[in-house]
Amino acid sequence: MVENTKDFIQNEENIIIKGNVAAAYAAKSARVQVISAYPITPQTTVVEKLSEFVDNGLMPGTQYIKVESEHSVLASIIGASQAGTRTFTATSGQGLFYMHEMVHWATGTRLPIVMAIASRGPAPPWNIWADFTDVLSQRDTGWMTAFASSHQEIYDEILMSYKVCEDPEILLPKFVAYGGFILSHTSKPVIVEDQDKVDSYLPPLPDEKGWPHIWVDPKRPMMFGNLIMPSGFYQEFRLKIHDAHMNAKAKIIEATKEFSKIFGRNYGNGLVQEYKMSDSDVGVIIYGDLALQMEDAVDQVRDEGYKVGMVKLRHFRPFPTEDIINISKKVSLLGVVDRATAFGSLTGGPVSCEVKSALHDVEGSAVILPIINGLGGREVTLEQQKEQLRTLVILNETGEAPEHIIHGTYWDGLLEVK
Amino acid sequence: MTKLKEALESCQEEFFLPGNSCCAGCGLEIALRWAMKALGPNTALVTPASCLNVVVGLWPKTAPNFPFTNMAFAAGAAAATGMSAAFKAKAYRFPGKGWDKMTAITFAGDGGTADIGIQGLSGAAERNSDQIYVCYDNEAYMNTGIQRSSSTPHGAWTSTTTKGKDRFKKNLPAIMAAHDIPYVATCSISEPLDLFDKFKKAKSIEGCKYIHILAPCAPGWGFGSDETIDVARLAVKSGSWILYEIENGIMTLSRASKPLLDPSKRVPLIDYLSKQKRFANISEKDLIELQEYLDHTWKRIEVDLSCQDNYPK
Repeated sequence: MVENTKDFIQNEENIIIKGNVAAAYAAKSARVQVISAYPITPQTTVVEKLSEFVDNGLMPGTQYIKVESEHSVLASIIGASQAGTRTFTATSGQGLFYMHEMVHWATGTRLPIVMAIASRGPAPPWNIWADFTDVLSQRDTGWMTAFASSHQEIYDEILMSYKVCEDPEILLPKFVAYGGFILSHTSKPVIVEDQDKVDSYLPPLPDEKGWPHIWVDPKRPMMFGNLIMPSGFYQEFRLKIHDAHMNAKAKIIEATKEFSKIFGRNYGNGLVQEYKMSDSDVGVIIYGDLALQMEDAVDQVRDEGYKVGMVKLRHFRPFPTEDIINISKKVSLLGVVDRATAFGSLTGGPVSCEVKSALHDVEGSAVILPIINGLGGREVTLEQQKEQLRTLVILNETGEAPEHIIHGTYWDGLLEVK
Repeated sequence: MTKLKEALESCQEEFFLPGNSCCAGCGLEIALRWAMKALGPNTALVTPASCLNVVVGLWPKTAPNFPFTNMAFAAGAAAATGMSAAFKAKAYRFPGKGWDKMTAITFAGDGGTADIGIQGLSGAAERNSDQIYVCYDNEAYMNTGIQRSSSTPHGAWTSTTTKGKDRFKKNLPAIMAAHDIPYVATCSISEPLDLFDKFKKAKSIEGCKYIHILAPCAPGWGFGSDETIDVARLAVKSGSWILYEIENGIMTLSRASKPLLDPSKRVPLIDYLSKQKRFANISEKDLIELQEYLDHTWKRIEVDLSCQDNYPK
């Protein structure tokens, strides 16, 4: 078992593909039955690849709906999933915003839909580059949310997601987000697993009766979604959704463990993945593609003699509160790196808000330094990440705060305005 | 046309059950009841936001005795597309189990069709999505309290056109016909057998079918709850609402409307309007314009029909 996901890329069974293509392969490996999609940069090549698969008969029986908007993407996926099929779609930024109404709808219907998100910055001004504000702004929709930080992880996480989403005790939809262009459009070796192995890992496709809680079947007519008075079970239904999220943590851990047993790739406990944290004084919590490069930054800053480590946040929803608390007790200072914004909030970054909120009444937990960088795809270099780590070391040792602390958050990589 | 006796004998089963929450004299109820009688049991219905969400009954009571899904306002046609795709995927996995016999239908109001739903509907039609899309047209946003829709006729009072609507009714069946889908039909709840036959035909055709039903609304239009069918019939007889089918591009006027090509056979427009309070304060100018619009619509149909003679059949 190797700790670093990058170590898996040297394998003779792999193929060199774009991150988006890895997402498409995952959908194929999962034998999805209905795909619905609408083009949007940088997600487009996911659906192009799936088109190629379907047109060439590589996904027999799969229905591919090419709709006229993202709102219809998710509406049609909801219709298809409700009728008892495994479904897949992908989008980005504006597309996700346009779907938002249906994003809530999918949760209310408790459908195990998996959606890949090649994340991009919200407009205006137009932006098509990596920024997780799109997926993180869906925070309260009740979708589980995972980040993939490598090409392989996109493929792997989509498979793991089906396993958790379709668990009869969970039945929630899930986003699998990865940085637009940085992962979506670059090529790396990816292991696409044997179908037999994937079949043995995933639950079987839904049987003729469909999901345990919902179906579209004239022999068992079901009315779904009619108006409910405030005195009805609305509030209780909402609690059930939250319950499912809380229960999903154990399921994610289980699914990740089983995945690693069958496929030999390790993603921490599934919720978080620590990297060289065991003897660290300071560390960073980071997610998405920046986490991959941060591993190198950690290695190199360690070579300079500083005990630094990182925690890759793999899930934003459900939020791994317990893991974050445990980690925070082992170090004295944690940077939380957001490539996303939460305007007007405590820190300005969505994940740092979550972390601070998780730790607010935990005695002996680390001090948090919120960091925002890389918005709208702005490059975050290895040197910059090393400097972030050194800054944390200096802050920890001397109490000397870095420059560019604005409203309590370290805004890294801002342009000089004259 | 199917005879009443035959129709009643062939479809004694009720799919939209009594005890629902429709207003007395609801046009929608008649439309759905007869549509389902024609379609039969292997039908799954999607309804975007509309009166239909409410009249089926508050949870946990429910009137439809068939698979029925409430859906977001703009999402009807797309959700039915997804269901239809799922039935095909299931027919592939479970052959011989009848999944290939399933019909997905969207049953939407005029707002959910002609306004907020038109993008999804147009997309579904262009893709020839295998479903029957039904618009039950009560000519305003009745569920939210009688606000104007693009399907509200010229001169009609609504709570957002207090001096009468300035624009004319959007001709949605014509827009749908322009998508070159295999079947477009208009119906009136006053002609249930015509409606019955059109739904039977739509079910037998593969691809996207569009059926637009005039379904008068007693509180919204301002007539007595015992007058729904009379009002709907006057809409047809005055030529305000024209019944036809467009099958693979060829238009045929239906029996109730065909004689009205001759203007002298039409009941005066005012007989139809005067039944409804929403036209109580219509200006003379609007009245003239409404009459001109009606005459013009018929002329256009006449021209269309004459051009059609040269179409390859």
